[in-house]
Amino acid sequence: MQIYLPIADLPVDIFLVLAMGLAVGFISGMFGIGGGFLMTPLLIFVGISPAVAVASVASHIAASSCSGMISYWRRRAVDLSLGLMLLAGGILGTAVGVWLFTVLRSLGQLDLTIGVSYVALLTTVGGLMISESVRAILREQQGKPATPRRGGAHTWVHGLPLKMRFKRSKIYVSAIPVWLIGFVIGFVGAVMGIGGGFLLVPMLIYFLRVPTATVIGTSMVLTLVTMASATVMHAATNHLVDAVLALILMVGGVIGAQFGARAGQNMRGERLRLLLGALVLAVGLRFAFQLIVQPDDLYSIRVLGDE
Amino acid sequence: MMKHLIIAAALLAVSIAGTTPASAERLVTSISRHQVLVNSSFAGTSIVLFGTVEPDTPTARRRAAAYDLVVTVTGPKQTIVERRKERMLGIWTNMASRTFVNVPSYLAVLSNQPFNQITNADTVRQLQLGIDSFMLPQQLGNDIGDVGRDDPFRANFIRLKTEHQLYVQRTNGVTMLTPTVFRAEIPLPAEAPIGNYDVEVKVFADSAMLTRANSAFEIVKVGFEQFVATAARDYGLLYGFTTAMMALMTGWFASVVFRRD
Repeated sequence: MQIYLPIADLPVDIFLVLAMGLAVGFISGMFGIGGGFLMTPLLIFVGISPAVAVASVASHIAASSCSGMISYWRRRAVDLSLGLMLLAGGILGTAVGVWLFTVLRSLGQLDLTIGVSYVALLTTVGGLMISESVRAILREQQGKPATPRRGGAHTWVHGLPLKMRFKRSKIYVSAIPVWLIGFVIGFVGAVMGIGGGFLLVPMLIYFLRVPTATVIGTSMVLTLVTMASATVMHAATNHLVDAVLALILMVGGVIGAQFGARAGQNMRGERLRLLLGALVLAVGLRFAFQLIVQPDDLYSIRVLGDE
Repeated sequence: MMKHLIIAAALLAVSIAGTTPASAERLVTSISRHQVLVNSSFAGTSIVLFGTVEPDTPTARRRAAAYDLVVTVTGPKQTIVERRKERMLGIWTNMASRTFVNVPSYLAVLSNQPFNQITNADTVRQLQLGIDSFMLPQQLGNDIGDVGRDDPFRANFIRLKTEHQLYVQRTNGVTMLTPTVFRAEIPLPAEAPIGNYDVEVKVFADSAMLTRANSAFEIVKVGFEQFVATAARDYGLLYGFTTAMMALMTGWFASVVFRRD
């Protein structure tokens, strides 16, 4: 069944979009990530312009992370004070990101920037996650604990001033790296239309030593607020959020996420990270392939000044 | 006095020359709809144009040669940037670009036979018959002008537009129902932009244009589609807050529905 999208100005198959929402929602629920890095390319693939795709996906991620966050909140697995500190950086990062998005769009280099950033980010993060989880699995097979104890380990991060105590996560760190991480995630999310969950979770674990128990719930707080504000900012500055498209994606996404979360709970942590790493790397390589191999069509047209 | 007479005679001669073709034709056209409404189930449509070519005076003799018709439909004007990817440092990226200034977002040229059989090459170019002869002005430095039809940017622009069915050329698009009554179907894809469309019908016989007639229709968003589009454009901030709230509600609703404890 075709439905005409009022902002994207083209008809799409409602069931196809719903299925995409479900599939991406399943993955996002399983791994505790937003799934924007999968959704944005899928939407571009069905013919929606990259700008509308990025702007509309933000609201889809907000919906699925809201649904996830509420579940984690009930299990008391959300560190609200850490989440709010990350947010302080995140909102600034989102504002700068939306501004850069608008500038790049007027320069016509949006596709390239999104393409190159995707490749760099996804291959790096995917590769790191794979190597980390493979090492964990190997350690486990040798009979050692899967994750080495990090309790006493201190890095330069812990030497920074402005220290704060986050009770629920049981950590005592400087606010500066927390703000910085928030800024990076907000910025990347606004420019690339991704929630940044797959970046934030490893960053919180490796830089701030946030325990596994609270990391996903806390990252969802940040994802929720940055993506909700990205939706508002994209709508106010670019007028490119397609509410109809967003609603279809949301409905599919939140349902898929619930089933994904159940599937994820039956898997071992390292295996889950390995799978996610492989997925992230695969998407990154696909983009790399697209940039390196000669495209089928060298020419492209875009309407100027009708926004 | 003599001078005035000469001028009057000359004027008379010109006016007679202007109407000399044994019969002057009158072109009457009608389109099936003047308004195309875009709602949530819009998936493209077509508009039917009917017309008749009739002698201006009932007594006038019917022309011996058959009539030829060219229908040109142009959509709202847009300024469109075309970019070409080139290889830079191993990466394919947009390098060269051209700007097409105020070109029709939609262009359909329909006729009852190929343009070069209707009239001579000069007239084809002059009257912009067909997409190849249509003026597609580009920004060239500080000037604006059209380039030759073999220009790769122009050719690929037309190709991309044609792939999206936004530029259409059919030399069998006009059907002669009788020697004087014709019918043409104007295909409108779902991607056809919102706005005013001009329809121009030109009648030819013996390689010369006899007359032309203009009409118009518009594509408008209605109902919910119009409401959303207007809200997004005019009340961006409110629209954004509403969408964000919608996301929160959907997420909350799912967590309630699927609650396990």
